[in-house]
Amino acid sequence: MTIVNILFYLFSAVLIGSAIGVITARNPVHAALFLVFSFFNSAVLWLLLEAEFLAIVLVLVYVGAVMVLFLFVVMMLDINLVQMRQGFTKYAPIGLVVAAIVVAEIGSVVWVKELGLTNIGDVAPLPAGYSNTKALGQLLYSDYIYPFELAAVILLVAIVAAIILTMRKRTGLKPQDIAAQVAVRAKDRVRIVKMKAEGKES
Amino acid sequence: MATDITSIADLAPAGAEIFVLAATCVVLLADVFWGERQRWLTYTLSLLTLAGAAVITLTHGAPGRELAFSGMFVSDPMGDVLKVFTYGAVAVSFIYSRDYLTRRGLAKGEFYVLALFAMLGIMVMITAGSLLTVYLGVELLSLSLYALVAFDRDSGIAAESAMKYFVLGAIASGALLYGISMVYGVTGSLRLDEIAVGVSEVGASQLGLVFGLAFIVVGVAFKFGAVPFHMWLPDVYHGAPTPVTLFIGSAPKIASFALAIRVLAEGLGGMVGGWQDMLVVLAALSMGLGNVVAISQTNLKRMLAYSTISHVGFILLGFVAGTATGYQAAMYYTLTYVIMALGGFGMILLLSRDGFESDRLEDFKGLAKKSPWFALVMLMLMFSMAGVPPFVGFWAKIGVIGAVVDKGYTWLAGIAVFFSVIGAFYYLRVIKLMYFDEPTDVGAIEAGGSMRFVLSANGLAVLALGVFPSVLLDLCIRVLQ
Repeated sequence: MTIVNILFYLFSAVLIGSAIGVITARNPVHAALFLVFSFFNSAVLWLLLEAEFLAIVLVLVYVGAVMVLFLFVVMMLDINLVQMRQGFTKYAPIGLVVAAIVVAEIGSVVWVKELGLTNIGDVAPLPAGYSNTKALGQLLYSDYIYPFELAAVILLVAIVAAIILTMRKRTGLKPQDIAAQVAVRAKDRVRIVKMKAEGKES
Repeated sequence: MATDITSIADLAPAGAEIFVLAATCVVLLADVFWGERQRWLTYTLSLLTLAGAAVITLTHGAPGRELAFSGMFVSDPMGDVLKVFTYGAVAVSFIYSRDYLTRRGLAKGEFYVLALFAMLGIMVMITAGSLLTVYLGVELLSLSLYALVAFDRDSGIAAESAMKYFVLGAIASGALLYGISMVYGVTGSLRLDEIAVGVSEVGASQLGLVFGLAFIVVGVAFKFGAVPFHMWLPDVYHGAPTPVTLFIGSAPKIASFALAIRVLAEGLGGMVGGWQDMLVVLAALSMGLGNVVAISQTNLKRMLAYSTISHVGFILLGFVAGTATGYQAAMYYTLTYVIMALGGFGMILLLSRDGFESDRLEDFKGLAKKSPWFALVMLMLMFSMAGVPPFVGFWAKIGVIGAVVDKGYTWLAGIAVFFSVIGAFYYLRVIKLMYFDEPTDVGAIEAGGSMRFVLSANGLAVLALGVFPSVLLDLCIRVLQ
C-alpha cells in the first residue's frame, strides 16, 4: 500500500463521513458546513489524480462562491424546522420501505456481482512540468467546443429565466429615482412661511 | 488527440443550430430595445428565425450520416426531417399563442426567447452524437420549459406546477446522468457510435451496462411522460398558461422521440433485449392509465394531458418492436401526434377570451351552433386522436400495432386496441358536447385571422394526411432505414 493509497482511503473515508453529516445534521447551517468539508475532501482526491486545476476550481467556485451564497440564504430565510418535519413521520414508513428496496437492489448489483468497470485503467503518472490547465483548455476549445458553447447557452437561459421570474413591475414600490434626487432644488422642498413673531400675551 | 477546427466548413453541419442561436440573441436584444412599444417586432423576428432555420436545414441537408465536432454532433436525414417539423410546430404554436398572450398582458418578448432556446435544446437532442450533448440538450430544453411554465407570475397554480416540474425534472436528470456515468464506466466512451461498439464487445448482459440502462430508461421515460414517471404531466399541462401547454405538448415530443432513438436505438441498440422488456411495461401502463383516467377529467387541458400519456404509450410500442419498421412507425406516430396536439390545444386558445379560459369541457357545449366550421375542425382532431379512419391518427395506430404484432407481441397489441376503444369514449364525449348540447357560453370567437387560417389548415392536415397517409409515412421510411 503506497502513501497515495493510504491518503486516498483516508480522505475518501472523511468525505463519506462528512457527506453523511450533510444529510443527518439537524441544523441547516451545520449541514452546509459539512458540505463545504466534503468539497475540500473531494478537492484532495482530485489532487491525488494530479488534476490540480479541477481541485482549485472546486474549492474556489463551490466553497468560495456557491456555498457561501447558500449559507447566506440558509441564514436569511426563516425556515421553520418544526413545520418542515411535520410531514416526515407521516411518510417515513413508505419512505423507509422504498429506501430499503432501492438499497437492496443496488447492493445486490454492486456487491454480489461484478460490475465490470474495468475499462478505466490506472492513471499513469504525468511527466514533470505537465500543465493540467493547458491540457484542459486545449480540449475545451477543440474537441469539446460544441458542449462548451452549449453550456454557455444554458447559463444564458438561466440568466434570462431568473430575470423574467423575479423582475416585475409592482405597484406600491418606492424605488429611488436618482435623476430626480439630483435635480431637486431647495425651493421645491422647503417652503418658507412668513409669520408674525408672537408677542407677549397681554 | 485534439482536433482543431481549422475552417468554417467544419462548422457547416451545425449551420441551423448556429443560426438559431445567433438569431435568438438578436431577438433578445431587439426586444430589450424596441420590444416594449413594438411587440410585433419580436413576434415577426421569431417567425423569421424559424423560417431562416428551415431554409438552412432544407438546403444544407446531409445526404447521409455526417459527424462533426469530434463526433459530438450527428447530421443525418432523420435529424433534418425532425428539425423541420420542430420549426413548423414552434411556428404554429407562436401563431396560436399571440392573441392569448396579448389579451392577458403576458406578451413579453421572453416568451419567444425562451421558446426559441427550448427549440435549440430540441435541435441539440436531435443531432446529438454523444451522451454529453444529449444531456446538455435535455437541460437546455428543460430549463427553458421550467421558466416558461412559471412565466405568468400572478398565477399561483402556474408557480406550483413549475415547482413540481422543476423538482421532478431535476430528479430525472440525475437518474439520466447516473445511468450515463455507468455506461461510460463500462464502455469508456461518451460517443454513441463508440458506445455501440463497446456494448457489442463486452456483451449486452454485462451487469454494469444493464444497471446504467435502467437509469437511462427512467430518464427517457420521464421526458416522455410515460407511466409511472408521468406525475408531472397533468399538473404541468393544467397549471401552465395555455400557450405554454401548447408548446410543451407539441415540439418537445419530437425531442423525446429523438432522445429515445439516439440513446436507446443507436447507442444501446445492442441491448435491445434489455430495454424492450422495460418499455413493454411502460407502454402497457401508459396506455392503460392514460386512457382510463382521462375519462374522469372535466378540464380539457387535463384530459389532453392524460391523452398525451396514452399516446406516449403508443409511441413506445414502436420502440418495443425494436426493428426499423418499429422506429419508422414510432416516428410517424410522433409527428402526427404533434400535429394533432397543436390543433387540440389551439382550439382551447381559439375559444378563450379575456377572463375566459375555455379549458373546461362544458365550455365546448354547443360549439356547432356557434361556429360550425371550428366544431368540424375539433371533430376531425378528436376523431384523429381516437384513431378513427380516415384521419391520420388511425394510420399512426395501425403502424405501431402492426410493428409489435410482427415481433410476436400479439397480447400487447390486444391491450393497445382495448385501451384505444376505452379512450374513444372521452374523445367522442367532446364531439357530443359540441353537437348535441345547448351552448352555455354565448361569447363570440375573438381570434384573429392568421390563427383561424392556420387552425383550419391544421384540422384539414389531419384529414389530408389521413386520406394520403403515404406522404408522411414514406418520408419516415426513407430517413429511417
